[in-house]
Amino acid sequence: MGTTQSGIHRGRLAPTEYETNFSDLHPRLDDHEALVAADRCYFCYDAPCMTACPTSIDIPLFIRQISTGNPVGSAKTIFDQNILGGMCARVCPTETLCEQVCVRNTAEHRPVEIGRLQRYATDVAIATNTHFYERAARTGKAIAVVGAGPAGLACAHRLAVAGHDVVVFEAREKAGGLNEYGIATYKAVDDFAQAEVDYVLSIGGIEVKNGLKLGRDFTLSDLTANFDAVFLGMGLSGVNALGAEGENLPGVVDAVDFIAELRQAADKATVPVGRRVVVIGGGMTAIDAAVQAKLLGAEEVTICYRRGKEQMNASEFEQDLAASKGVMIRHWLQPKRVIARDGHVAGIEVEYTEMRDGKLTGTGETGVLAADQIFKAIGQTFEPAGLGSLAMASGRIAIDAEGRTSVANVWAGGDCVKAGEDLTVTSVAQGRDAADSINRMLAAGAQPSIAVA
Amino acid sequence: MADLRNNFVGIKSPNPFWLASAPPTDKAYNVERAFKAGWGGVVWKTLGEEGPPVVNVNGPRYGAIWGADRRLLGLNNIELITDRDLYTNLREMKQVKMNWPDRALIASIMVPCEEESWKAILPLVEETGADGIELNFGCPHGMSERGMGAAVGQVPEYIEMVVRWCKQYTRMPVITKLTPNITDIRKPARAAKAGGTDAVSLINTINSIVSVDLDNFAPNPTVGGKGTHGGYCGPAVKPIALNMVAEIARDPETYGLPISGIGGITTWRDAAEFLALGAGNVQVCTAAMTYGFKIVQEMISGLSDWMDSKGHRSLDDICGRAVPNVTDWQYLNLNYIAKAHIDQDACIKCGRCHIACEDTSHQAITQFVDGVRHFEVMEDECVGCNLCVNVCPVENCITMVGLEPGTLDQRTGKVVDPNYANWTTHPNNPAARQAAE
Ligand SMILES: Cc1cc2nc3c(=O)[nH]c(=O)nc-3n(C[C@H](O)[C@H](O)[C@H](O)COP(=O)(O)OP(=O)(O)OC[C@H]3O[C@@H](n4cnc5c(N)ncnc54)[C@H](O)[C@@H]3O)c2cc1C
Ligand SMILES: Cc1cc2nc3c(=O)[nH]c(=O)nc-3n(C[C@H](O)[C@H](O)[C@H](O)COP(=O)(O)O)c2cc1C
Ligand code: SF4
Repeated sequence: MGTTQSGIHRGRLAPTEYETNFSDLHPRLDDHEALVAADRCYFCYDAPCMTACPTSIDIPLFIRQISTGNPVGSAKTIFDQNILGGMCARVCPTETLCEQVCVRNTAEHRPVEIGRLQRYATDVAIATNTHFYERAARTGKAIAVVGAGPAGLACAHRLAVAGHDVVVFEAREKAGGLNEYGIATYKAVDDFAQAEVDYVLSIGGIEVKNGLKLGRDFTLSDLTANFDAVFLGMGLSGVNALGAEGENLPGVVDAVDFIAELRQAADKATVPVGRRVVVIGGGMTAIDAAVQAKLLGAEEVTICYRRGKEQMNASEFEQDLAASKGVMIRHWLQPKRVIARDGHVAGIEVEYTEMRDGKLTGTGETGVLAADQIFKAIGQTFEPAGLGSLAMASGRIAIDAEGRTSVANVWAGGDCVKAGEDLTVTSVAQGRDAADSINRMLAAGAQPSIAVA
Repeated sequence: MADLRNNFVGIKSPNPFWLASAPPTDKAYNVERAFKAGWGGVVWKTLGEEGPPVVNVNGPRYGAIWGADRRLLGLNNIELITDRDLYTNLREMKQVKMNWPDRALIASIMVPCEEESWKAILPLVEETGADGIELNFGCPHGMSERGMGAAVGQVPEYIEMVVRWCKQYTRMPVITKLTPNITDIRKPARAAKAGGTDAVSLINTINSIVSVDLDNFAPNPTVGGKGTHGGYCGPAVKPIALNMVAEIARDPETYGLPISGIGGITTWRDAAEFLALGAGNVQVCTAAMTYGFKIVQEMISGLSDWMDSKGHRSLDDICGRAVPNVTDWQYLNLNYIAKAHIDQDACIKCGRCHIACEDTSHQAITQFVDGVRHFEVMEDECVGCNLCVNVCPVENCITMVGLEPGTLDQRTGKVVDPNYANWTTHPNNPAARQAAE
């Protein structure tokens, strides 16, 4: 079964192969495995892992709760800091966050499996539908959140807990942001993203309005006029262009669109993929597109990155994962021209690069890689629309330490701001902290102001 | 190669490792397997009187506590003495002893505290060719309620009386097994000696409730909704057993009385510790019940290799070597001063030493030095208590270093005195003050 035909085709594999290929990358630990893994935690004082976690989860405490047979209490410890702790457990590059600084690395070069333990505890709570928070008495304040990604959801949840009414405006059909449309399939199986959205929204007081897009259907000033506060968490919706001839040919695709299509496909066999695929880029998106193209049955998948291995944004773990799936990663190559045959992609001409006087430069030496599909994964960009005079910094929304923008009563966080890494967990932290800042502002406003003489 | 041959009150065995009287020694099948695996001797599961045997519960008999990765640390049981017919046991003992003449076979006995009962059973046992007898004065449950086991072991006069009967009615060596469920272990040991015992063995199991079933609010193991206290054994009881062995070994009244050491022995190292504190050989139960008989191979090779590496040629070279170094607190040298030292290369920066000392001791370990996470002992605060050493997860990362006489103790501001001085003469000791006046 399946096909090795050249061109872009669906159904390259037998049905059972799709199932195996897109199954859980790290299945949930069973009870015994969790106890053994939890037992390795030293319950460090002022633990380095806690500091490394962007949401500062009390990791030693939640692991100790697992080891004493209290996974539900453990889940609460996690959710207290990170209401999307379930997704973070699956997608965080722990090898560069909490697990990187685990003292067990010094002791024996193998950290405590913090991510997998976090998943164990949060899965128990979500699977048993155990909820930990109740809304405070309604405050009568209304807050608009734009974007139902990790940043927007974390912000909305905190605000709802405080008793405010929240309306989330979401351009897409489903909530979840890149958790739903971007994260690699094998990291969040069984529709976990939607299960988590439901879990978060069950707090009440949050209304998600899908299909409404800022800049197209309303503007920021509409929101500031009608709400007590606004949080912007739109992520990055633009994609960088290759700047190479022929990039609009059919067969040249945005990696994020390919990934979204794959995530949304109930039957992965319906997603077409090339026989030879070239991915241009060096980040997480490039890796995810390449690996998933391979898993869909592409015969040959090559990532071309214009700098060296050290400069790749994709973590060591991600690079190893790609290599283990048979993806070839090539460095110091930049795209020059997409080559067409019969109006379709047939290959890509690339040029070798080098660092010259601290600048990346083409060497003039070129070559051609045969390809019938090319994915662009050279970075996403922020597309401002309907934001009026909102101040920007490096192409994204400018914020202060608390997440406040240049416009009064407007906060922002997540990928659409220039702060921290572009990660799910960072976005959660920023959404949550913005909510705390909004709460403080609203609480102060509720106090009778006293003139300080 | 070190000579591991053992001669305990005239009973010879190829090594000092015996199986204690318990399920591993309940019948020929097990004992044959044990001897094949290499055990030097066995104390057969305790025999009772002639007649219908005792019955055991038909539900769970054991409870346990576990450490990391469910490693068994302590076992608790509510089993009684053998529940098989006396003559079946005797027949099997005789056969096994014939098959394994070079191994020690001891009969453990528990019959009512009446002269006639002991007089009746001793010739039957002697007829099997057993090398000796062990008097079970230890079982803390079931049998004690019937006036046997610990009920006898807790009354020194009874011990002396029964031992005397046994010495009168048999030529076999008598080992008196002591219960730890008593305040001062020296009392029953002295009584056994007064009765003429050849040796004592200890400890039997400790009264315990190992855990409580929180769903049914009943002790574990729960038999039909109820539980009872059982006998505790395994690695967790070793420190208690070691102390009791040492107490008897250094008591002037029982000094030199042969001791068979029992309680929590799991590795060769545990065994060597018992021997050093005065035991002439050791008995093992829980470790065999946890891992099977093969562990004796590790025990034999470990003890032998250690003795070789230290130049000890026979068991006599190590037995009792630590006894002179066990003393009373009041004789410890108060002029010995030690400070903790953290090996920065070995430190993994978990911070446990810091929080232990900071929260619960003497605030003598830094958390930050120049703003960097760094754990270091402040010698002007350290009292040398050793807590940090014990909570550190890395072996040998923190060590206690004794201060040289003549150097300054930064905590007290005093120079370390080279002379030995203990509490009996310390100025803060009211008794010492009175004597001086
Ligand atoms: C392919 C890929 C793989 C990734 N893998 C990982 C990973 O493994 N681990 C990890 O930690 N991070 C990963 N990331 C990064 C991570 O997904 C993001 O950092 C995170 O989702 C950002 O959250 P956010 O809420 O800021 O934005 P998003 O998740 O992008 O959510 C923004 C939401 O706003 C909506 N929106 C956008 N514009 C408008 C508008 N004008 N009006 C209304 N709604 C709007 C969008 O539809 C979307 O739902 C990956 C990213 C990509 C692209
Ligand atoms: C299930 C079980 C049954 C026992 N039965 C007896 C017995 O019949 N007679 C006896 O003298 N000791 C009995 N003991 C006590 C052991 O012989 C031994 O003294 C005790 O377990 C301590 O040694 P250990 O820590 O190596 O197990 C029993 C112990 C266990 C666990
Ligand atoms: S020995 Fe005791 S007082 Fe000294 S540093 Fe360690 S824990 Fe603190």
